Amino acid sequence: MRPILMKGHERPLTFLKYNRDGDLLFSCAKDHTPTVWFADNGERLGTYRGHNGAVWCCDVSRDSTLLITGSADQSAKLWDVQTGKQLFTFNFDSPARAVDFSVGDKLAVITTDPFMGLTSAIHVKRIAADPDDQIADSVLVLKGPQGRINRAVWGPLNKTIISAGEDAVIRIWDTETGKLLQENEKEVGHKKTITSLAKSTDCSHFLTGSLDKSAKLWDSRTLTLIKTYVTERPVNAVAMSPLLNHVVLGGGQDASAVTTTDHRAGKFEAKFYDKVLQEEIGGVKGHFGPINALAFNPDGKSFSSGGEDGYVRLHHFDPDYFKIPSI
Amino acid sequence: MAEVMSMEAIRTEAARLNIDLSGVDWNSICLPPGEDSGVRSDDDDLNEEDSLEFDAGFGNIIIVDNLPVVPREKFEKLEGVVRKIYSQIGVIKENGLWMPVDEDTGKTRGYCFIEYNTPQEAELAKEKTNGYKLDRAHIFAVNMFDEIDKFMKVPDEWAPPESRPYTPGENLQHWLTDEKGRDQFVIRAGSDTEVLWNDARQVKADPVYKRPFWTESFVQWSPLGTYLATVHRQGAAVWGGASTFNRLMRYAHPQVKLIDFSPGEKYLVTYSSHEPSNPRDTHRVVLNIFDVRTGKVMRDFKGSADEFAIGGTGGFTGVSWPVFKWGGGKEDKYFARMGKNVISVYDTESFGLIDKKSIKVENVTDFSWSPTDPIFAIFVPELGGGNQPARVSLFQIPSKVELRQKNLFSVSDCKMYWQSNGEYLAVKVDRYTKTKKSTYTGFELFRIKERDIPIEVFELDNKNDKVISFAWEPKGHRFAVIHGDNPRPDVSFYSVKGGKVSKLTTLKQKQANALFWSPTGRFIILAGLKGFNGQLEFYNVDELETMATAEHFMATDIEWDPTGRYVATSVTSVHEMENGFNIWSFNGKLLYRILKDHFFQFLWRPRPPSFLSPEKEEEIFKNLKKYSKKYDVQDQDISVLLSEQDREKRKQLKDDWERWVNEWKRYHEQEKIDRQMLRDGEASDVEEEYEAKEIEVEELLDVSEEVIQDA
Repeated sequence: MRPILMKGHERPLTFLKYNRDGDLLFSCAKDHTPTVWFADNGERLGTYRGHNGAVWCCDVSRDSTLLITGSADQSAKLWDVQTGKQLFTFNFDSPARAVDFSVGDKLAVITTDPFMGLTSAIHVKRIAADPDDQIADSVLVLKGPQGRINRAVWGPLNKTIISAGEDAVIRIWDTETGKLLQENEKEVGHKKTITSLAKSTDCSHFLTGSLDKSAKLWDSRTLTLIKTYVTERPVNAVAMSPLLNHVVLGGGQDASAVTTTDHRAGKFEAKFYDKVLQEEIGGVKGHFGPINALAFNPDGKSFSSGGEDGYVRLHHFDPDYFKIPSI
Repeated sequence: MAEVMSMEAIRTEAARLNIDLSGVDWNSICLPPGEDSGVRSDDDDLNEEDSLEFDAGFGNIIIVDNLPVVPREKFEKLEGVVRKIYSQIGVIKENGLWMPVDEDTGKTRGYCFIEYNTPQEAELAKEKTNGYKLDRAHIFAVNMFDEIDKFMKVPDEWAPPESRPYTPGENLQHWLTDEKGRDQFVIRAGSDTEVLWNDARQVKADPVYKRPFWTESFVQWSPLGTYLATVHRQGAAVWGGASTFNRLMRYAHPQVKLIDFSPGEKYLVTYSSHEPSNPRDTHRVVLNIFDVRTGKVMRDFKGSADEFAIGGTGGFTGVSWPVFKWGGGKEDKYFARMGKNVISVYDTESFGLIDKKSIKVENVTDFSWSPTDPIFAIFVPELGGGNQPARVSLFQIPSKVELRQKNLFSVSDCKMYWQSNGEYLAVKVDRYTKTKKSTYTGFELFRIKERDIPIEVFELDNKNDKVISFAWEPKGHRFAVIHGDNPRPDVSFYSVKGGKVSKLTTLKQKQANALFWSPTGRFIILAGLKGFNGQLEFYNVDELETMATAEHFMATDIEWDPTGRYVATSVTSVHEMENGFNIWSFNGKLLYRILKDHFFQFLWRPRPPSFLSPEKEEEIFKNLKKYSKKYDVQDQDISVLLSEQDREKRKQLKDDWERWVNEWKRYHEQEKIDRQMLRDGEASDVEEEYEAKEIEVEELLDVSEEVIQDA
């Protein structure tokens, strides 16, 4: 089907997130206003005004009432999804990068960038049931990794936090003690900055994308490498189909290195791979800048991509897509 | 090596000797010079490298022998003469000239020592004045002081060298005996250099040998494929062997930049250029010609860069490479270089000039050897503002006879193309139009093998077309030309069979700017490199039909394998993206594709020419059906095997995945209760959520009552 072009942002996209029901799509961009869209027809539902810097990441609670956003204005904010009202602001001393609600939405993990001599950190905040009772204190602060932490997500049963970032190492932290439990094996790991991380629906495995032009699939408990997907472009965004054994990788030449020779040189396609066989299945063209964000609708019947070009493209799969033989 | 003491041990030792460690300024401690207590300093490597150059420290001293023996009163005069000669070459150190005097007679001893500032100057002085004739009786014999030891060791009696028993070497051409008849290639990506088999049937590359940091700049096969040459700071090396790659020989040449094999791979020419000691001078150039098998220097050439920078294209910091062009086919009999107004031809028997003199040709700007015969062609441009016409001449070696000459008028430029069998020479001539405002192109075709070498003049249909590329069919009688001024030029094919040029066909409006004939002829790739983004057209010239069109996006290089069965197209690291190479069949089917970051080189290993006579080849060609049956069967077997392997692999992957997923499902099930608790008892896991349920909802929108009155 023809993709739906959603033009609402004025700056490059940074993150996309569907709610659990798959009817809403939240988008973050380097302009300061996260936006929510109808995931079906791409109609804009509203914006969340209040940030004063690029918004890097967001997450929405299971019941689609609460939205959390992390921004370069050194804050993370909680919003009422329906009214767009700001409920609470967590202030930091450096830009907030990644945010993720835990299972049950009672905790949230927020990462902050290294900034003015501060090292990067992972903060765990308790999310109060009633926003009026919300406090800013951290339950836990984790430090250690060098450079930016681009993604941090909760592991199975909130027992662990999985983080990955500029130092190309994936780490698993204990959420009780704050101890570092595991780092991935150096030989099989990424060679360059990890830009993105996506969990499977059941949290059994996750996919990381890196500037070393590959994406890797890991076991979330043991941190063993399961699969590697090799591509010819730096990977900025990854997503996994909840329905079929497909993964989709997006990326492309660095925006600053984009040449004027030919649009194909940039490799701005979203590439589909067979999750098990690690073979390329196909690609979806359209963006004229690198893809920065990818998300699958929880029903697996559509996906959306956000690019450096400022567009969100919403793709509903043709019936043929579901007939792709997996073997 | 002194024992290394731990800090703890030092403290106890200090306590024993009653030394207050806190009062010691560690930085003020100096070891006696030359004493390092066995601890190697990090700088030692550097020092070692430096000391190499000044080995014994006397590298800058020369001894001049055969000076006149003069009495004391003439001492000053002789010293003056010697000083004058040698200070022209370099700066003699203060008190650097010492002429010993016999104390009994007061006469000089007939030799002197001269110390220069640098070993380079001393070397130069030795080169320039060894054999210098002061007068008839006094011919200088100049030696380096460092070499005295060597001369002292020469035994007085000559002893015959011990004859060593013959040990058979490895079969260096073992790769040709590959059962599957595959070809090898070398690739260089990042710091790794790797040799692989092109296993086209299995559609993959099969590794042979890999080595990181194998070379410091590039690698190169010898022309017959026997050796792989690597280039290092200290010199070049060649590698080869039956099963793997061993170093066979090294060729010392510090800072070597370029290398070139002779066509029969008997000799290796190495080149380096060095910063002059005086910044106003030009670079000094050193060229060595080595015997490949023995590693001996057969001849060296030294001089300023200017002497080697004449004519030719494809230059490298001022020289045109190769400086020496090899002639006389694969026997490596002659080599030549172009100098100012001369062509210097050397033979490899004496490594000297033929007849001890060069061939004088005023203003020669280009020359090229026939690939098979000791004949070369030269081009001399117009002189005296058009009074003297430009000319192309053919010379035979060693007789130096001019075989044929052709005068050409109002020529702006000229390029020579030899056909690979040396049967034809095409000279592309750009001439000025009458107004001298533009040029047009014509060709002069020399038929070398025929009596008196007839010349055919030939022009394109539209002679104003710009010629973009020209290529002879290897071993054939056809050539292809890309011509035209459009962004999409035309490609024409011509045949020169039977002494006249006939056009075969013209392909209009092609996206091509380069021509790549198969080494066996018949097939050609019309390639659009650079601006055309890697368009490829595989064309059959026998049938005059396009076999396939394809694209290797951004391709920079194309190379046929030596058998003409496969083609490699590669994107080297001139671009940042897409680095790697594709292997195609001769008819344009993409076989496989390998991506490598920082991809620098792709080179097929050349094969020596076939030993089969043309008749035999003809016969094989006739009975091709018979031979090919065997290979068809093999192909069939392999393709069945491949698909089976593939299926198995896929099944294996699938099974592994299933197993893993099932294991996880178990865990997931076990954790269900915990998850529910985390969600405040909300039971639904995602899986159950998506069961479709139909719920009927009735909504009462509006209730209104109306009284209907009876009429």
